[in-house]
Amino acid sequence: MADILVYSEQLSTAKELTYKAKEFAGALGLGASAAVLGPDASAKAPDLAAVGADKIYVSEDPALAELAIDVVADALAQIAKEADATYVLLGSTRLGKELAGRLAQKLDAGAATDVNAVEVADGVLVAAHYSFGGATVARETIDTPVKVLAVMPKTFEIDAPSAGAGEVVTPSLSLSPSPVKLVGRKEKEGESVNLEGAVNLVCIGRGFGTKEDIELANQLCAALNAELGCTKSLCDWEWLPEARLVGLSGAKTKPSLYVSVGISGQVQHTVGVGTSKIIACINKDEKALMFGASDYGIVGDLYEVLPVLTEKLKAL
Amino acid sequence: MNIIVPVKTNVDTEMVRIKNREPVLEGVPYKLGDLDKNALEAALQLAAEVGDSKVIAVTVNEGNRKIKDTIKEALAMGADEAYIIDDPAALAADQAGIAKIIAKAVEKIGDYDLVIFAEGSTDKYSGQVGPRVAEQLGLPEIGYARKIVAGGAGVQVDRGMGDFIETWETTLPAVVTVTSEINEPRVCTLMNIMKAGKKPQTDWTLADLDLDADTVASRNTLISNLAEEQARKNVVFEGTIEEQVDKLIDALIKEGVLEA
Repeated sequence: MADILVYSEQLSTAKELTYKAKEFAGALGLGASAAVLGPDASAKAPDLAAVGADKIYVSEDPALAELAIDVVADALAQIAKEADATYVLLGSTRLGKELAGRLAQKLDAGAATDVNAVEVADGVLVAAHYSFGGATVARETIDTPVKVLAVMPKTFEIDAPSAGAGEVVTPSLSLSPSPVKLVGRKEKEGESVNLEGAVNLVCIGRGFGTKEDIELANQLCAALNAELGCTKSLCDWEWLPEARLVGLSGAKTKPSLYVSVGISGQVQHTVGVGTSKIIACINKDEKALMFGASDYGIVGDLYEVLPVLTEKLKAL
Repeated sequence: MNIIVPVKTNVDTEMVRIKNREPVLEGVPYKLGDLDKNALEAALQLAAEVGDSKVIAVTVNEGNRKIKDTIKEALAMGADEAYIIDDPAALAADQAGIAKIIAKAVEKIGDYDLVIFAEGSTDKYSGQVGPRVAEQLGLPEIGYARKIVAGGAGVQVDRGMGDFIETWETTLPAVVTVTSEINEPRVCTLMNIMKAGKKPQTDWTLADLDLDADTVASRNTLISNLAEEQARKNVVFEGTIEEQVDKLIDALIKEGVLEA
């Protein structure tokens, strides 16, 4: 039987994709299988069985030790053939996007990346992703025999998993070591940031006049117990690290409350906050696009609004 | 070191307006992609560092009527020459098709050490073309570079991966894709813009690359491409700052996203 094959180097993403692949597989009359690659791959197999994988292709081939993209693509192309995969679902992480192009080329497949919704229609999967820098959402089908979809992490929620058969298969792979070698790995300087998991999020933009003024936003974050994010300009000016970038080229967040301060509201930013439960914005320009993307807005100078807001929140 | 930089000229996405959820593209100007300028800048810096180098820009015309003007910006930044693949059939290409065109062009130009792409284009941002070209040319590839230096086996590349910065090294020739954090692209002076007009530009059609319309035609079907429906409340408060803040806090408490 033809299969939907799932792979992501992130176990949490692989689980979400496998869970959903089982649902799609049921609707399309396909099987749901998953691949786990690299050191400790076999330890992850039971987790994927638990969320619905019927077959799990496991390889700890030494050529996969560093998960170099060309070797991973080679391994997955061979597994996709063995599994007779018609769809390959990848996580649209940085590595996953890179892999999508390389693997699709090997399989002579069409591909879609940064997919943020998938639905079954007329016996095929329809993938949605942003277009025109986030201004629109393109929905497309891929018409090649094998189709590669790289899906954003956290697109699917695992609510009621049912285990699959979980048969572990050791594929016979023919792999060569990559000419690309990992020579070093160091932690990024500065504190670690988890914008994707933030319950409350405050983002700041070009409305801030100097780097020192960010302290006003830090105080609001403390009062709201929120993480601080920003638009691309502030990263370009090196006021804040790239880890705090929210939007098309940064984090895609899902906070319960999102407060936008001094942000014009270009789609390149708002695509990163579109699924917030409630959006509030503060901007002195009443014509700012951000008001149209918000539930509640205050028209005012952030230098006047933030101290008042912070004080009143602290007094709650 | 000869460096080829495939660049895209795409519609200025900030100028795309939405009418009845449809993007209005009429009259929207094309420009050299923002990230493509980072790729060019990275190539120019590396070329200057290594010396005795050449930087070659390549672009596929995807509907830009002023492609020669737009590509001139790449030459004004410092690219030594440009190749433009201008063929109506390219308008119907998808990422796989564009990658085929670029891979053939790179082969035809020949004598290169490095191909530097942006991590994605400013409009579609799919990130497929660089890795697809690497695969077709059978080259090693390193994605998401924030730093490229000549050294080791060929080049060493730093890339940001979550909380870590990884350094990877590869032999040449190779493909590298870059992120915006790698540099601040130079601004062109008027003098450079004038000089750019005299730099060599070569036009190719698909036939020049032994390709045809069928080979590059899209194999995806676009069902719709619409702006998302805005389901936000769009309440804008009135009154003094103090009053507006009070109203906001009340509203957030009622929404259940703030505890009283």
